[in-house]
Amino acid sequence: MIAIIDYGMGNLGSIANMLRKVGAPNVISSDPEVIERADKLILPGVGAFDTGVKNLTDRKLIPLLNRQALQDKKPVLGVCLGMQLLARRSEEGQLPGLSWLDAEIIRFKFDEDNVDLKIPHMGWNTLQVCQTHSLLAELDAHARFYFVHSYHLACADTRNVLAQTNYGYDFPSVVMRENILGVQFHPEKSHRFGMKLLKNFAERV
Amino acid sequence: MTTTRVIPCLLLRHGGLVKTVKFKDPKYLGDPINIVKIFNDKEVDEIVLLDIAATVENKRPAFDLLAKITSEAFMPLAYGGGIRHVEDIKTILRLGVEKVCINAHAVEDFSFVRVAADFAGSQSVVVSIDVKRNPSGRHEVHTCAGTRTTGLDPVNYAMEMQKQGAGELLLNSIDRDGTMQGYDLELIRRVTGAVTIPVVACGGAGTVQHLAEAVKEGASAVAAGSMFVFQGPHRAVLISYPTHQDLHQLAQNPAGVIL
Repeated sequence: MIAIIDYGMGNLGSIANMLRKVGAPNVISSDPEVIERADKLILPGVGAFDTGVKNLTDRKLIPLLNRQALQDKKPVLGVCLGMQLLARRSEEGQLPGLSWLDAEIIRFKFDEDNVDLKIPHMGWNTLQVCQTHSLLAELDAHARFYFVHSYHLACADTRNVLAQTNYGYDFPSVVMRENILGVQFHPEKSHRFGMKLLKNFAERV
Repeated sequence: MTTTRVIPCLLLRHGGLVKTVKFKDPKYLGDPINIVKIFNDKEVDEIVLLDIAATVENKRPAFDLLAKITSEAFMPLAYGGGIRHVEDIKTILRLGVEKVCINAHAVEDFSFVRVAADFAGSQSVVVSIDVKRNPSGRHEVHTCAGTRTTGLDPVNYAMEMQKQGAGELLLNSIDRDGTMQGYDLELIRRVTGAVTIPVVACGGAGTVQHLAEAVKEGASAVAAGSMFVFQGPHRAVLISYPTHQDLHQLAQNPAGVIL
């Protein structure tokens, strides 16, 4: 059973829809008991960094999530804002993140050659895989994914970067530290490519 | 790099999908759930779904229908039509829709866009702008499926909407709608020159070349209706979408157009 963490940050229905499509049992919940019983966790999210941290804090989910990810080593997948929350801090806000990754969140900043690029980075883009991992197993060579974000991860340790994506420059789009995974894009809105990735998370990770 | 989004723009009316010409004469195409499913199978970049009767008939969005559509739509989806309350936006996003399109209510109350963006984030708020040339040839914003004039100039209005927090603009030419003769390129040039947020061009596309022209004028994404739902001179209903290879080839063409 995969628990999709409900902390009031966006579009959980789409992730549940796609997990259902790939035959992965799942539940949307903020109930500590349900989360503890789950085999894997997905931390979704759309919105501002501080709102995300605040909502997790208000629901008293942070100690629980720390235990699940760091002690019990349960596989966790952060999606979009959920991925950014894995970092230590963000330029977007003041509050500390979960700090599971040695990373910071920074705003896209382009040099003169790319000043015309719009922020947010919105649309379909590809991955350059840096390290093989079961999450990215058997992905189509032309796999593309749907991105919407103005901030991105900057990892202190390149060993945490599974794949990167180019928008003006390369930024980490899939990250990993042991059982902790994160994707900047929206697999739940990325057709069969995202479906394959979520299926990998459900079956192979 | 990100590829330009190519977006089917589908019109809902009384539970069915229709296609108009210059916002008139809605022709019935079929069941929206089936048609969205076909587009999903074709792996389209995104879909815009607009209920053209909701505001005119003073109805709320058809939430039940939207729920059925989203359960089989694994791409980003934008919905517009009859949105006048933040509560409605909340319900729509919860159903698995990424973006809401606000049209008439943005004209009536500019600050509603600010309220919507504060609630949902700018990335989820699209302001839909329907534009028609008046008898003297000047662009003017219209609402209520093109039936109501506003006196607003689309350039000033677009800048105001950006200021209020809109994340994107859906810029529709009523004069070109359904004609398949190409976009109103002057309109696209004027509006994209005045704002920094992405502008989705809509109204008039009939060929892949038309899409490229809009991109050249500054559109960040291109939407079309007839081009993706009709086939041949008699406008037989046939759902189609350019292959990624086609779009890629266009990007490589000698004219140097980047799509």
